[in-house]
Amino acid sequence: MEEDRRHLLAIIIALLAGFGVATSAIPFLASLQPTAETLAQATTPVEVDLSHLAPGESMVVAWENKPIWIIRRTQTMLDNLPNIHPLLRDPDSLTEQQPAYARNEYRSLNPEYLILIGLCTHLGCSPLFKPKLGELNLKLPGGLYCPCHGSKFDLAGRVMKGVPAPTNLKVPPYRFTNEHTVVIGENPMLV
Amino acid sequence: MRIAALRRTDKKLITKNRVNWLSERLPINEYIRQHLTQYYLPKNLNFWYFFGFLSLFTFFLQVVTGIWLTLFYTPTPEGAFNSIEMIMRDIPYGWLLRYLHSSGASVFFILIYAHIFRSLLYGSYKKPRELVWLLGVCLYIILLLEAFLGYLLPWGQTSYWASQIGTSLLDSIPKIGHTLTLWIRGNNVVAGETLHRFFAFHVIAIPLSLIFIIRLHLIALHKVGCNNPEGISIQTKTCLHNKTLSKVPFHPYYTIKELLALLIFLFIFSVIVFFVPEMHGYFLEANNFIPADPLLTPDHIQPLWYLAPFYGVLCVIPNKTLGILVMGGVIFMLLMLPWLDRNPVRSMRNRGYYSRFALANFILSFSLLSYISTTVFTPNKVIFVQILLLNYFLFFLLMPFYTKYEKNKPLPQSLCGK
Repeated sequence: MEEDRRHLLAIIIALLAGFGVATSAIPFLASLQPTAETLAQATTPVEVDLSHLAPGESMVVAWENKPIWIIRRTQTMLDNLPNIHPLLRDPDSLTEQQPAYARNEYRSLNPEYLILIGLCTHLGCSPLFKPKLGELNLKLPGGLYCPCHGSKFDLAGRVMKGVPAPTNLKVPPYRFTNEHTVVIGENPMLV
Repeated sequence: MRIAALRRTDKKLITKNRVNWLSERLPINEYIRQHLTQYYLPKNLNFWYFFGFLSLFTFFLQVVTGIWLTLFYTPTPEGAFNSIEMIMRDIPYGWLLRYLHSSGASVFFILIYAHIFRSLLYGSYKKPRELVWLLGVCLYIILLLEAFLGYLLPWGQTSYWASQIGTSLLDSIPKIGHTLTLWIRGNNVVAGETLHRFFAFHVIAIPLSLIFIIRLHLIALHKVGCNNPEGISIQTKTCLHNKTLSKVPFHPYYTIKELLALLIFLFIFSVIVFFVPEMHGYFLEANNFIPADPLLTPDHIQPLWYLAPFYGVLCVIPNKTLGILVMGGVIFMLLMLPWLDRNPVRSMRNRGYYSRFALANFILSFSLLSYISTTVFTPNKVIFVQILLLNYFLFFLLMPFYTKYEKNKPLPQSLCGK
């Protein structure tokens, strides 16, 4: 009897102490989370003026502290996209790396403007824009090349076969307020 | 049947073998035996003996909360004050981490003072525990330094000017003083360079040395064994005449008591942290919520209570060099204690009235000295503090005489009772 009672007490004490230690870990773990300020940044959309972006050029803006690529594609670039399907891992963008409205051949709302989160889907480096013919050592009208581990993407951000990156580059939510102004971080309004 | 039984023994054997594998390569069992299950303590230890363990716990807490604060703190003059405000307002639970650390510092000193008082009360500094005492005083000095360095980090007005005063102390050293001060600060006044080096020493250099000396303090203690409230040496584990114990192993007899003490401590500590973290200006001063201004000293610089006695000495000695010497003397006297006390009896329980009166006078002088030094000095207070300071030194300087001639009570023969 006495032995049992002591055993039970010991178990209860151990459980309570464990509970105490676990709960006192909460502030230490919670403090490591992003602050309200950082979280607020994530919900702040960024408005970008595209009127100075010439065809064939690219620009980078920051949204959620991430680099956002905006590439204005020429007609030649767009025409080439369907031709390289055999080289791509996911040519039809079946993996959900884009909002539904960007799930098309050009992976964009307006085919002219390609908007991507400029972080490689392999291990997060920012790929380089290589728009010229042959720059990726392929008979291609250029694309994106990640300098860290050599992943290659076409001019719609689709990943090539035989590189370490597993999926296409992500497309952020965005909408056009007029012909030359895009808001990154907001979905198009449903009319 | 037989096969199942065999399998069960097999499983037990495997577990046992795994434990053996480790204990054959690491002295775990020896360590547990030497420091816990076969480390014997007198059976009559009272609540004064909890403060060592509680100090150790608080040290651990300071290390953990300190690591977390460095995750969010910026050690630059431009960023320091704002990063503390960010910790208080923006970081989830940042206020709790910061208050645990800042109140923890004050509570650490309360525990250390209680721990030191226990030594004075029961003569734990006397032979053969002189080294334990010396290492303990070293820890106290390093802890004062650690607190002083940490106090600059919030980069508030009190922080800044307290560090300016503290580093100026070195200025009075003849010949090399000026160069030394400049070298310590890395600038003509306390500045960004000073903040960087204070930060580095506060978060890594001093804590590392503290861990090392705490380890030595404990090794030395476990070598000579624990004193007790009666202050008598106990050689045997059991009493001869009635077979009762005079010593009990640390685990489980005292570990379970320490746990209870820890619970009570945590309760009181939580009340402080959650309800009075600033302790009405004693743990965190109002002036320190104003960013540091190197061009303007605040009207009243109130020192932190645990640095107050040393600050007070500087205020009441009307000579720069002498003030710093006396301040050093306050600490130096503590180091000399084991050799100033000439009474063979350890505990105040069995000592005569001279020692008891002297100790009471000493505690009262030191407490009043600390308290008055946190207030604004007036000419009358200066004289009073000078008298208190004299009392402090007389406690040590007269000790060889009053301890030699006082009349002790007869010592108990053992802890066994009659």
